[in-house]
Amino acid sequence: MSELTLTVIKLGFLAVLWLLILSVTSAMRADLFGVRPPKQPKPQKEARDAARQNRQPRGAKGTPTRAFIVEGPDTGKSVALDGTPVTFGRGADCTIPLADEYVSTQHARLRFHESQWYVEDLGSTNGTYVGNQRLTRSTPVTARSRFRLGKTVVELRK
Amino acid sequence: MSLDRARARTEPPAPETVTPRRGRGTELVLLIFAIGIATFAYVSVDLGALGRVPPNALAYLGGLSAATAVAHVVIRLRAPYADPVILPIVVTLCGLGLAMIHRLDLADGTTRASTQLTWMAIGVTLFVGVLLFVRDHRVLSRLPYLAGLAGLLLLVLPLLPIIGHSIRGARIWINVGGMTFQPGEAAKIILIIAFAAYLVQTRDALALAGRRFLGVDLPRARDLGPILLVWLGALGILVVQNDLGPSVLLFGIFVLMIYVATERISWIILGLLLILAGGFAANAVVSHVAERIDFWMDPFIDPQGQVAQSLYGLAYGGLLGTGLGQGRPELTPIAESDFIGSALGEELGLTGLIAIILLYALLASRGLRAGLLLRDPFGKLLAAGLAAGFFLQVFIVLGGVTRLIPLTGLTTPFLSLGGSSLVMNWVLVALLIRLSDAARRPAPPSATSSSTTDTAVTQVVRIR
Repeated sequence: MSELTLTVIKLGFLAVLWLLILSVTSAMRADLFGVRPPKQPKPQKEARDAARQNRQPRGAKGTPTRAFIVEGPDTGKSVALDGTPVTFGRGADCTIPLADEYVSTQHARLRFHESQWYVEDLGSTNGTYVGNQRLTRSTPVTARSRFRLGKTVVELRK
Repeated sequence: MSLDRARARTEPPAPETVTPRRGRGTELVLLIFAIGIATFAYVSVDLGALGRVPPNALAYLGGLSAATAVAHVVIRLRAPYADPVILPIVVTLCGLGLAMIHRLDLADGTTRASTQLTWMAIGVTLFVGVLLFVRDHRVLSRLPYLAGLAGLLLLVLPLLPIIGHSIRGARIWINVGGMTFQPGEAAKIILIIAFAAYLVQTRDALALAGRRFLGVDLPRARDLGPILLVWLGALGILVVQNDLGPSVLLFGIFVLMIYVATERISWIILGLLLILAGGFAANAVVSHVAERIDFWMDPFIDPQGQVAQSLYGLAYGGLLGTGLGQGRPELTPIAESDFIGSALGEELGLTGLIAIILLYALLASRGLRAGLLLRDPFGKLLAAGLAAGFFLQVFIVLGGVTRLIPLTGLTTPFLSLGGSSLVMNWVLVALLIRLSDAARRPAPPSATSSSTTDTAVTQVVRIR
């Protein structure tokens, strides 16, 4: 066994050992940088989409014109979205008074700002949810978006 | 924003939780890598020392692969969400230890490597046993006092007349039917479990009730009493047995776990002060300790001694090492046990030794990570205790070998020759795997999680 071969084996072994450490570290990179959400569109496409949507005038594709209550005690009620804020709650002064007893007096509001509708929670007891996420700030909504307050589900339509 | 829109359109029910990856595939790839490294090490030992490929290389590869495969399959079946990097790190360390023991075998003309491989098989068996029988780590927290008592009993066993057995001045062995075993290794794990279970019950009292003295929050005696008793008992027994390493380790684990439980930095300060005071006292009283301190201050008073030879070996190895099989690690007395760190440092150099220490650090960090993710306080404490204790052991023994701190005899986990240590460290890893599985397992799915009317996530509060 020549000296050179042994040196190559020695360095090779150290290299492989460090390679293992690198692979172990890369296997746990999710802990360091977080998990990438699945099926994320390519960032370029995303930016283009965003630009296109910003260009769209009022009333164009994606902007809802009516809010329907699709679940809960008040199913069937609806309200036109013409730009003025819409409030939901059990209180009689709300735009849509609800009979749902899990809904607060002033529960949630739809607000129009710069060609975009936003839903926001008004400090309700049981919270307002989009998907499974409880709202903590204004969240943009589009046609076919749904949000839930208590047992009531509101769907926005064009 | 547009992402939200896209998601709202394409996948309307979009549950916001990302299902965690189990990582079993990653684990398999890393395991194959680890076995490759272990075999590489084994073959290059023979190439370096004898200039030939060992005749039993394939048998070695087969034995290692079989043991690893069993562990991997059991994880797939019983702990599918376990951390994927724990087992590969352990297999790599075991492989490096086996290679180095084999290398010392070649120098000394012994066959300890095959014994060690047998012990590894037993370790894997116990690993499997723990994963099969401990389905939920919380069952371990049921009997804290009994666990503490059991730990103490295990520590006392070697002092009993018939089964007790003394090797090289340390009376830490028991001899049952011709087999020797160090019950202290098992006691360490059982005491960690007992500490964790006990601290979960009393941590609030430990952290909040009590008097403040010199900026340190002292807990009430009745809260601290039982655990102090266990700790003093353990230390007393270890001092009587003339075995320093485990007593320092146990003390360190005790302090770290109280710190984790109470979040008071004062415990660390108190612990360091106590260990300094204890060190000075022991230095004055126990000759054995004074000797260790002397060797620490000046190892070359005995040029043939362990520490001196270890330092010569590390210096001979230098940055890149002599290459496996080409150094003289056998010159260090008992290199295969406490000093395997210096033997590896000599043949793999600083580069290799750092890699080994990093492997330990990664393993400990995975344990702590599991502790962070776990949802129950007992699991958190147990994971932190096991991981911190494990890393503390590595620090104490490698620090001693490299003359950073006075030498106290401890095994290097997974590397050192010695069945009890190897087997019990496999048990410790099984517990870590169980804990990390519990930590990474997604919360049980709510009844109808995909619908917008998911009542399961609504914290319904009736207002009227």
